[in-house]
Formats: sequence, C-alpha cells, structure tokens
Amino acid sequence: MTEEPKPGQALAGEGGPEAVAITPAARLAAYVQGGGVIVPVLTALLAFLVGGLVILVTGHNPFSTYKAIFNGTGLNWFFPWTSSADRTTAALNLQQTLITTTPLILTGLAVAFAFRCGLFNIGGQGQYLVGSYVAVWVGASFAGMPRLLHIVLAIVLAALAGAAWGGIAGLLKATVGAHEVISTIMLNWVAVWVGAYLFALNGPLQNTDPSQQSVPVSNDIAASAKLPVFWGDPELQGLHIGLFIALAAVVVFWVLLNRSTTGYEVRAVGLNPEAARYGGISVSRNYILVMAVCGAFAGLGGGIDLLGWQFHIATNDILNSANVGLGFFGIAVALLGRNTASGTAVAALLFGALLTGTSQRNLDPTIFEPELATNLTLIIQGLVVLIVSADVIVLTMLRRGRGLFRRRPRAVPTAEAEVS
Amino acid sequence: VSTAMAPAIQARSVQPRHAGWAGIGLGVIAWFVALPPALVRSPVVPILIGLLAMTAGAWAIYGEEKRLGWGAVVAGVVGAVGGIASTQSGVGNLKDVVTWSALIAATLRYATPLVFGALGGIMSERSGVINVGIEGMMLMGAFFGIFGADLLDSWFLGLLVGMAAGGVLASVHAFFSINLRADQVVSGISLNFLALGITGYIFLDHYGDQGTPDNIPRVPDISIPGIKNLSFFGDAIGKTNTLTWLALIGVVVFTVFLFRTPRGLRLRSVGEHPRAAETVGISVPRTRYIAVVMSGMLAAMGGAYLSIGFVGSFNQGMTAGRGFIALAAVIFGKWRPGGALGAALLFGFSTALAQRLPAFSPSGAVLFQALPYVLTLIAVAGVIGRSRPPAAVGQPYVKE
Repeated sequence: MTEEPKPGQALAGEGGPEAVAITPAARLAAYVQGGGVIVPVLTALLAFLVGGLVILVTGHNPFSTYKAIFNGTGLNWFFPWTSSADRTTAALNLQQTLITTTPLILTGLAVAFAFRCGLFNIGGQGQYLVGSYVAVWVGASFAGMPRLLHIVLAIVLAALAGAAWGGIAGLLKATVGAHEVISTIMLNWVAVWVGAYLFALNGPLQNTDPSQQSVPVSNDIAASAKLPVFWGDPELQGLHIGLFIALAAVVVFWVLLNRSTTGYEVRAVGLNPEAARYGGISVSRNYILVMAVCGAFAGLGGGIDLLGWQFHIATNDILNSANVGLGFFGIAVALLGRNTASGTAVAALLFGALLTGTSQRNLDPTIFEPELATNLTLIIQGLVVLIVSADVIVLTMLRRGRGLFRRRPRAVPTAEAEVS
Repeated sequence: VSTAMAPAIQARSVQPRHAGWAGIGLGVIAWFVALPPALVRSPVVPILIGLLAMTAGAWAIYGEEKRLGWGAVVAGVVGAVGGIASTQSGVGNLKDVVTWSALIAATLRYATPLVFGALGGIMSERSGVINVGIEGMMLMGAFFGIFGADLLDSWFLGLLVGMAAGGVLASVHAFFSINLRADQVVSGISLNFLALGITGYIFLDHYGDQGTPDNIPRVPDISIPGIKNLSFFGDAIGKTNTLTWLALIGVVVFTVFLFRTPRGLRLRSVGEHPRAAETVGISVPRTRYIAVVMSGMLAAMGGAYLSIGFVGSFNQGMTAGRGFIALAAVIFGKWRPGGALGAALLFGFSTALAQRLPAFSPSGAVLFQALPYVLTLIAVAGVIGRSRPPAAVGQPYVKE
C-alpha cells in the first residue's frame, strides 16, 4: 500500500504527511522572491496590452476605454493638475477604489502566505464568505454593545471563522494528503451554498423585518458594529478604517514571515519540505497552521467588508460571487505582488482600481459597457496569473542573464526580451 | 467495484479483504432495505444488517485490512442510521424521493459532464501534465457549443465549435507547461479565469441582457425502441441524451486505448518516465501536446453537453465547479477511465439526490445543493494514499 514518495506529485496522492514532495507551488514560491519589480510591471503591462487587443477586436477603442476606466478609479486625485471640481469627483472614486483595495489586500495575503509555504490557496473566496457570515451575525445580534467592543468582537470572530474554514483544507492536506486546490475549491462551493441557505427565505439568518420577509437578505448590522468612516460621507460609502486594519495585516504578515520562528519554518517548508523535515520541522503542523492563518486573513477581509460598507448580505450577492469574488482576485494580487507583503499591497491597489474603474457605478456606459468591462477585468486577471505561471522560466533566464552579465554584458537584453 | 476486486483475488490475505468488501456491501443493503421498493418498516432489520456489516469490518481490521475494514464499519454505521431514519419517515415522502428509475436517469444526466471532464483529466495527467484548467475548458465548450449551434444552426457543428474552443484554450496550457515549463497548477488556474472572462465577454457582447434564444438546436435524445416502453428501464435509460451514450462509450474506448494499444502505452510511458520514453524514440513534447489538446476537447464536450444537451441555454460560469469535481473523480478513480466513471456516477447520484431531497425539508432545499461538493471533499480525503498519480505528473521535461 505504501508507495515511494515521488517528487512533483501535484494533484493528490501525496501519500500523507510522510511523503510530501516538492510541489510546483513550492518551486514557484522559491523563485518568485527574486526578480525585482521589473517582472511584475512587465507582467501587468502585457496583461493590459492583451486586454486592449480584446477591446480592439470586439470593435471598441482601447484608448478611450482605458481612459474611462482610469477616470473611474479616482487615481487622478493624486495629480496636481486636476481641477478642484474634478478633484471632488475623484475623491469619491478614490474612496471606492480604496474600499475595494482593503479586502483585496487581505485575500491577497491569504494566497501569498500559503504560497510561501508551498501551498496554493484557492479557497480565499470561501474563507472570505464565512468571515462575512459571522460578521453579519455578530454585527446584527448584540445591539447596544459598546462600539469598540462590538467591532472587535465581530472582526475577531470573522477572522476565526475564516481560520477554521481554511484550517479544514490544511488539516486534510496534513493528515491524508488531500490536495489543497481541490479541497479549497470544494470548500468555496460549500460556503456559497451554506450562505445561500442561511439568508434564504425562511432561512435561519434571514432578516426579521416584517416588511422584508419576501427578500432573501440578512438583517442590517447595528450602528455600534459599523466601522468609523474617516474620509468622505458615511452616508455615501466613505472610506472606513478597515484600510488601516488591512495595512496592519500587511505588517503582521511581514513580521510573522520574516522575523519569527514560525515564519522561518513556513518558508523552510515552502522552499523544500523534505529538507525542512530533516531539519526537525513538522511539515504537517505548518500546513495546518498556514492554512488557518490564510483563512484568518481572508475571513478578516470578509468581516471588514461587511462592517465597513456592506452592512448586510443578500443571497444573490453570494451566488454571484461564487466564481468571480474578491477571494479569487486575491490570487492574481498575490502572484503579481510576488507573494511579498509590500508587493501584495501594491498589487491590491492596482486590482482595486481596476475593479472600481470597471464597476457599474464608475464606468461611463457610453464609452464602454460596464458588464463587458467586468469580464475584461477577469481576462486581465487570468492573463496576469498565466504570465506569472511562466515567471519561473523568466526568472531563471533573468538569473542566468545576470550570471552572464558579469562575463558578457550583452546577455541581459535577451533575458528581458523573453518576458514579452 | 470489479476493478478493485481484481487484485484482491491475487492478494495473499484473501479472506479479510473479502470480508471488508462484504461489510461495505452489507452497509449499503442496510439502508437499501428500508427504501422503496423493499420498504421494510421495522428499524430492527437495518440495525441487524448494519451490525453484520460492522462485524465484517472488524474481522477485516483484525486481518490487517485496516482501511477497507474501517470503510466497512463506517458503511455499517451510516447504513444502519440511514435505514433507521428511513423507517421513521413517511412512505409517501420516501417514494417521492427514492424513485430509482428517475434517480438513475438524473444520475446519468449529472454524471455526463463529469465523465467527459474526467476523461480529459486522465488524458492530460497520464501524459504528465496536470490540468486544473478542465473547468475553464468545460466552460469554453459550454459557451462556444451553444454559440456555434446558434450561428451555424446545427447542434453537431456547435459541438465541434465548442470542442475547438476547448482545444484552443488547452493549447495555451500546453504551450505554457511544455514550452515555457510554467507552473502547471498556476497556469491551469489562470485558464479558468480567462475562460470566465472570454465567455462572459462574448456572451454579453453578442446576446446582451436577452440571454441565448430558446430555439437553439439541441443534441437529440436517443430513445431505444425496445426499452422505451418497459416501465423501469424505460424511465431510467429509455430516453437518454446522445452525449451521455457517447460518454459511456468513450470510457470503454479510452480504457482500451490506454491499456491495450501501443499509442496508449506511449502516452502512459511519457507520464511515468519521460526520459525512458524519449530513449526509445517517443517525442515527449509532441505526445504531451496532443494529450493536453485532446483533454481540452474532451472537457469541452462535457461543457457543450451542459449548454446544448441538458439545459438548452448558457449563463455565465455555468460549469459551477464541475471541472474540479471531475478532477476529484480522476483521483478517486485512480487515473483509470473505469474508476473515474464510477466516481462520476457517485457524484452525479449525489446531485440527483440533492434535487429530490427537498421533499423531506423544503427549507433545506438550498443546503442540499452543497451535497455533491461535500461528498467530493470526503471522497478526495478518504481515497488518498491508495491512489497514485503518474510518476512524472507536474514535472516539466527537459531534453538532455
């Protein structure tokens, strides 16, 4: 029954914790730390270029489309030459961009942390969802609690729920070797249907408002659980303090990974699980721990989104997010950010801006239909992940190029050319 | 079951192994007797049969067949509990939910896309390339199948267009994993996003808010003249879609191809030991290219079945994780077409059951939708260790 451990077994059959192999994800995790900022920038540019071709082929103008998307992001707020009238609109748009960036940072960290341990967490969406379920339940339940306590309670429980959800995949990986790609995808769908059940008509957590009984939506959370808004009008979805929680999580990620024993073990397992085991590190324990931490990041994202601006959950939104939610965008965010703390934050801003700029609310429909633009965002996301998947070879070439550079300076441009 | 039984006969410890399988069988029977048509109403009968199953399991564990034995014990407990629950629920409800002929028909319907997806997965992974983009290739087949059928006014041409679209997406995966030696899991996942974006984009650009029209040519059902009028078989398999039959035939053909033909042997050798294959003159990249593109076309057939065979319309992201369930079927079926068929039927059955269970609890109807995903999760978790992938899967091949 017991098989020889084989390297590179990727999908399942890894024969339990005693036969952990060097996964492709681990290999990628090892490589992506190098390469500097030039590869991510080229990756993003290339993805936008191909996206532009799609726009062109389907009979639209890529330049005016990208310009309209950019105007919707509010990033022109930073330009000194923006007129004060435009600046008012830009400020509103920028608040939206940052509101979307906040959960993206967290779902990005959820993917990045797993990658650093050689795991591929595609379950960010499920972990995000269970976090928001718990947050809406806590937020709507204990009305009259002191504000700070209520918020902290809701956020902590949301993160714990996410941790539990992610931990299931980690536990299955560590104990029976179930591959995390399949188990996390399945957990996503279970989370989706559990949510669709909870808030459905006559569901256990459907709203209790007598006039809303035909609407499959949760209760609104109490005022004491809403995150304070520090920029913009709280009535008009201003920017809430969740952004600072996300940025704090970036710091926690960095410290945990680079300045703690746990992080050292996590990275060791990510680089080579066999070597880590010989070094006395428990690989199984790290798998469970890492997936739980990832789940906590994503669950935190769901909780903050809910307490910051959503305030309630509708079953329609859950079902619509099943394939295209922020949890999935976290994959592109983490990979583009090279699974580092700062990179993830910057990549989250890029995708937050893209998602806001292509949203129903912010994109001028006379230039480009927002529904199409949503799918354009998916295409760009897919291209980013696709290009990063081949980074292994790009980085190998860059590294070889640098090696050659010391002997023959002309070798560098060829390595760069491989990127495009 | 038969494929798993085969090595048992050669094994040294025949007795405990047989006891284990018998226990699992008894566990199933414990529940079965309480369901239509037998409909035993006394809880004593399922309890007794369940205990028998657990005894057989204990015997198997004692005889060092631990995994099988525990499986039998669990089957006994589940069978007994399910049997008791069934004896306590109303006969009318039971007859509503457990109508075997309708359940079999629905199982075949839900299993069809999974079988195609699983065959695609086996094709690709046997050649040494992981394909987690099955989901996306399925979605391409679903959209371009119906798009082609609509534009060309023929379900057959639509099917071909869908398969071509799946093949094109798969060739991207082939190029990245074979030529660029990309991370195959990451590359495969990216294809799912790409497929979502591409199909959603063209769908909205072409059909707008209206959705696909109603009068699109569909893949026809095949009614078998002799069987159609029989009461049980007529309902179960009398009127089944052409693609469902094609999937079942595909399993047989693919099994023969993989294990009984030189080409099948070459495919497997490339997935198990590419260097050895190269040494005897097989082109590893070429074999892998063909396998990956074929895998995309097979998955696309499953997707096309969803749109022009089963539902008759397209909506965004309609594959809903079926590609990943198909991959789970590949693992559960130990990378064999027959095993994957069994797993696909099991997952299809769970979906069919989920559609009928609301008779017991209407408010739980939505929750039952999670059943196939939970079952897949349990199956993938339970089978590991017994299921070994091709040795070279996931490793890019570098020619020396």
